[in-house]
Amino acid sequence: MLGFPVLTALIVLPAIGAALVVAIPRTRPEIVKVVALAVSVAVLVLACYGLYEFATGTAGFQFVSRHVWIKQWGISWHLGIDGISLFLVVLTALLFPFALAGSDAHHDVKAYTAWMLVLEAGCLGVFLALDLFLFFVFWEIVLVPMYFLIGGWGYEGRVYAALKFFIYTMTGSALMLVGILALVFIHAGHTGHLTFDLQTLAREQSFSGSTARWLFAAFAVSFAIKVPIFPLHTWLPDAHTEAPTAGSVILAGVLLKLGTYGFLRFGLYLFPKVSHDLAPLLLTLGVVGIIYGAIVAAVQRDLKRLIAYSSVAHLGFIILGTFALTTQGVQGGIIQMVNHGLSTGALFLLVGMIYERRHTREIADLGGLQKVAPVFAGVFMLVMLSSVGLPGLNGFVGEFLVLIGTFISRRWWAVVAATGVILAAVYLLWAYQRVFHGVPEGENLKFPELRWREGAVLAPVLALIVFLGVYPKPVLDRMEPSVRTLVERVDRQAGTHQPSVAQGGHR
Amino acid sequence: MFFLRNSWLIPAIPGACFFLVLFFGKKMPGKGADIGIAGVLISFLLAVATAVKWISMSTPRHAVERHVTWFKMGGIDVHAGTHIDGLAVMMLFIVTLISLMVHVYSLGYMHGDRRFTYFYAALALFTASMLMLVVAPNTLQLLVGWELVGVCSFMLIGHWWEEEINSAAAIKAFITTRTGDVGLMLGIITLFFAAGRNFDIAHLNRLALTGGISHHLLLVSGLLLLLGVVGKSAQFPLHVWLPDAMAGPTPVSALIHAATMVVAGVYLVARVYGVFFAGFSIGPHAGGINWVAAIGGITVLIGAALAFVQDDVKRVLAYSTISQLGYMVMALGVGAWTAGVFHLFTHAFFKALLFLGSGSLIHAVHSNNMSDMGGLRKRMPTTFWTFIVGSLALAGIFPLAGFWSKDEILLGAQRGGYPAFFWVGLVGAFMTAAYMTRACYLVFWGEYRGEGHPHEAPATMAWPLRILAVGSIAAGWLSAFGFHGFPSWVSFEVEGVTREVVHEFAFSVPYAAASLAVAFIGIGVAAGYYFRDLGPHGLTRRSSAARAGYHFLEEKYFLDRLYINGIIRSIQYPVARAAYWINQNVIDGVVNGAGFVSRMAAGFVYNIVDQKIVDGVVNGAGFTAEESGGILRYIQTGRVQQYAAVLFGAAALFALILVLTTA
Repeated sequence: MLGFPVLTALIVLPAIGAALVVAIPRTRPEIVKVVALAVSVAVLVLACYGLYEFATGTAGFQFVSRHVWIKQWGISWHLGIDGISLFLVVLTALLFPFALAGSDAHHDVKAYTAWMLVLEAGCLGVFLALDLFLFFVFWEIVLVPMYFLIGGWGYEGRVYAALKFFIYTMTGSALMLVGILALVFIHAGHTGHLTFDLQTLAREQSFSGSTARWLFAAFAVSFAIKVPIFPLHTWLPDAHTEAPTAGSVILAGVLLKLGTYGFLRFGLYLFPKVSHDLAPLLLTLGVVGIIYGAIVAAVQRDLKRLIAYSSVAHLGFIILGTFALTTQGVQGGIIQMVNHGLSTGALFLLVGMIYERRHTREIADLGGLQKVAPVFAGVFMLVMLSSVGLPGLNGFVGEFLVLIGTFISRRWWAVVAATGVILAAVYLLWAYQRVFHGVPEGENLKFPELRWREGAVLAPVLALIVFLGVYPKPVLDRMEPSVRTLVERVDRQAGTHQPSVAQGGHR
Repeated sequence: MFFLRNSWLIPAIPGACFFLVLFFGKKMPGKGADIGIAGVLISFLLAVATAVKWISMSTPRHAVERHVTWFKMGGIDVHAGTHIDGLAVMMLFIVTLISLMVHVYSLGYMHGDRRFTYFYAALALFTASMLMLVVAPNTLQLLVGWELVGVCSFMLIGHWWEEEINSAAAIKAFITTRTGDVGLMLGIITLFFAAGRNFDIAHLNRLALTGGISHHLLLVSGLLLLLGVVGKSAQFPLHVWLPDAMAGPTPVSALIHAATMVVAGVYLVARVYGVFFAGFSIGPHAGGINWVAAIGGITVLIGAALAFVQDDVKRVLAYSTISQLGYMVMALGVGAWTAGVFHLFTHAFFKALLFLGSGSLIHAVHSNNMSDMGGLRKRMPTTFWTFIVGSLALAGIFPLAGFWSKDEILLGAQRGGYPAFFWVGLVGAFMTAAYMTRACYLVFWGEYRGEGHPHEAPATMAWPLRILAVGSIAAGWLSAFGFHGFPSWVSFEVEGVTREVVHEFAFSVPYAAASLAVAFIGIGVAAGYYFRDLGPHGLTRRSSAARAGYHFLEEKYFLDRLYINGIIRSIQYPVARAAYWINQNVIDGVVNGAGFVSRMAAGFVYNIVDQKIVDGVVNGAGFTAEESGGILRYIQTGRVQQYAAVLFGAAALFALILVLTTA
């Protein structure tokens, strides 16, 4: 690779952007927008450069950047990217300009934009950090701007929602901090040197089985809250519903992935044996999430809340794939993270546009919108179908891989999860029917069609939805080596091996 | 070989037309119809060329397969491509032909429609999806086409979505078929592992027929696939969506019923027949019954019975389709592969003809109901005689198309060791002849009961009728009068399998005569009842048993009520509401309760913890918060800091204890 520290730049750039935005006078919001967009697009370009330079077929970390930070505590600025984090980084870099361009703050653009850029830096940091301390710092950084975005620019119930979000995630963070410190000190006690380095800690595993279980639990609860896994999900609908549009987009598109990513990078990698032992529990919770999220989504009257609950169901699929502990399952899980980011992000943006036009999100108040805004309806339909998991669109690839991956190791969970596929069609099509079909009346008659600017913002996401559905090969090829290495590591440590081909034939 | 190797063009062209029509259709002189028709015409010509090439190949013919790597998954290459054999060639021909007829017909029928261009775009995508399914070399590509077909049918059934009934019908079709799709998906996954991680259909068939997959596994995956077939091909008990799907424009109904969508299920069985054959132990001396045949047989009878009590002419045809699909599935279930596939072929002609004919009627009288028609024989001569041809072909009258294929099915059931299904088929033939006689009487004879002055359809609508009428007469001759064209072109052969799977039975005059006689009796009885006023009229008024029976049919065996009130409503209301209540009150209650307790605790700790720590946090946060004006308020109340301080304090304590105890 070149000497240019791409990954460091990915984190520093939005942070500089935030500082720049703070420096711009409050009276010039238009400059703020331009700067923010320019910065976030620059980050995207940088991320795409990383994608381009990424060596396909390599399992290890690439673009590694490592500098000692606090020597006596063994903390270093250690960043790296592999097939697991690559697409999440690109997704993050894509969704931020998407969210910034797609919706406006209704007041105090400057502070809002600064928080968004801080959030971007934090999210990218989480995906790139290979040092537990650094990871924790970024993890906490993410929390703060999100709290202010919900609390400051949200809707009616924003204070309650923001606080709930904060308490939930803070509880998780506290537990994770315990886990990190315990892990590090136990390791130091055994080996005599203090380090927060992820790879070192994973290599020199020095704790007993029962300790590992506790440590895993400390991490897992924190991730489970972030994902969220049933029954820790109740902060999500509130936060989603009350957050401003861009907040919802980022929350669904990126923040939830921090949890699922955490499970892969820290859960499975650091505690392979425990992950294997506890997989049935997490798979069950994942399946419950799929069914439960879908059923509860079906009765929602608020469009945004409905999509929030659909996230619970989708994230259940990701958990299912992750804890299937097979290459296909984990790959499906990761690609599903990207898919969910694209489709749910776009859905939230579209709902935001509906709210902007009609000042309501109540499904009952809407109707017949397809008549007055056919293009808008068409876009919504495409995104919705991707969310439903229609073959030919991205959602299917992830879901199918997850089902296949789960089927290898845990057949019955896959069978139950497959029924979630019908339920997704049920609640989303019902919602679509009520919002877009029928004859428009009253205010709905004046519903404006999709504007060019809005279309331009949505177009890249729509293109990706189709592209990933039709040709997922480039993405799968890049993630496979890393995923396979991870799964093999789990298998080795857990003393299992993936069921072989021959076994499959005679069951 | 060019046409066989490049058959990917056949689905690709309508696929491209979809985008062209969608983006440029409105600007074209024909408002997109020109693009659509041109595209399907090219596809049709290519399909004909492919068919000619296939037929002129020297025997034994080998399937032509081409593929590219679609994606890699856990070290396995998943392909996309084309697999061209007799079955695929036949389907390519029939799908493109019917689609072309429907495209042309829609010029007249949909003229001036509010979403004319959009309609043609959807038609193109519908055709492309079905063609993609047909050429699929593996189950995964088949699944993609299968689901896309489902979405297109959703778009087209709900074409006039302003009325809620249409949009509800569209959703019903999508969700009912998707219920079956879960089975299909799981079946495909099961087979994928059973076949050593392979989606390839030829490979699956070979393994299934050579004992490479255990019988138990084949049965399980066969049942799962069958669930998909039951949903898609409207077999009992998931047939309920098909009559409602009549809410779509009539040309769409013709397309759905004749060539796309519903025949996809039958096609699936024919395509992965090895799995069904071995899994359900189809074949001679197999005990005379299996799941496939039983479902098909039941569907033949329940569909036909319902056709008697319909007033909507399209619903008569819809139930007739259900019944005829039952014949196809039954044929495949009793081992009569060629007969089932042949019936799919002939049925496409006369069912498309009948639907387009009914469209012509509806276009003329502006009503779907036969009670608004009557006496149209004189006013609409072309529609009349083509409709009669279609009806006779459907009823299985010699020498029209339906006669030959239905006869093969009956023969296959009897000789193949499934005598019970021979009788089912015979009763079905009687019922088919009778309900079509009833429909023809109500539409064409008697006095005109509707409003206005119905007139013959325009040329764009009449010509497809004429062409299809010719097909309805002659399609059966491809396997008739001692000519064995069809069976030799379209046969179930798997490379590497030498034993005979599908056995052909020679035409038998006694059986043919019996089925023909039954059809004539059916026509005669119905004609006597309607034309001559013979028989027990007014029975439903006099006999409570007859009334109950009629009501039972009118209510469609109460299946819709069972699904809607018994299943959907119970999930929609009690279950979902209960889940949401638990969510809000129990799960969230715990959270809010915990929040309350910790707030109390925090207040307590706040007074003890050195305030300077908190102040420090406040100041630190205040630096960034300064920019966010209104937010400062929440900061200054100090609540967030309290939580943070308490939680971190607790965390640190906990960490200390953990380290001390384990170290």
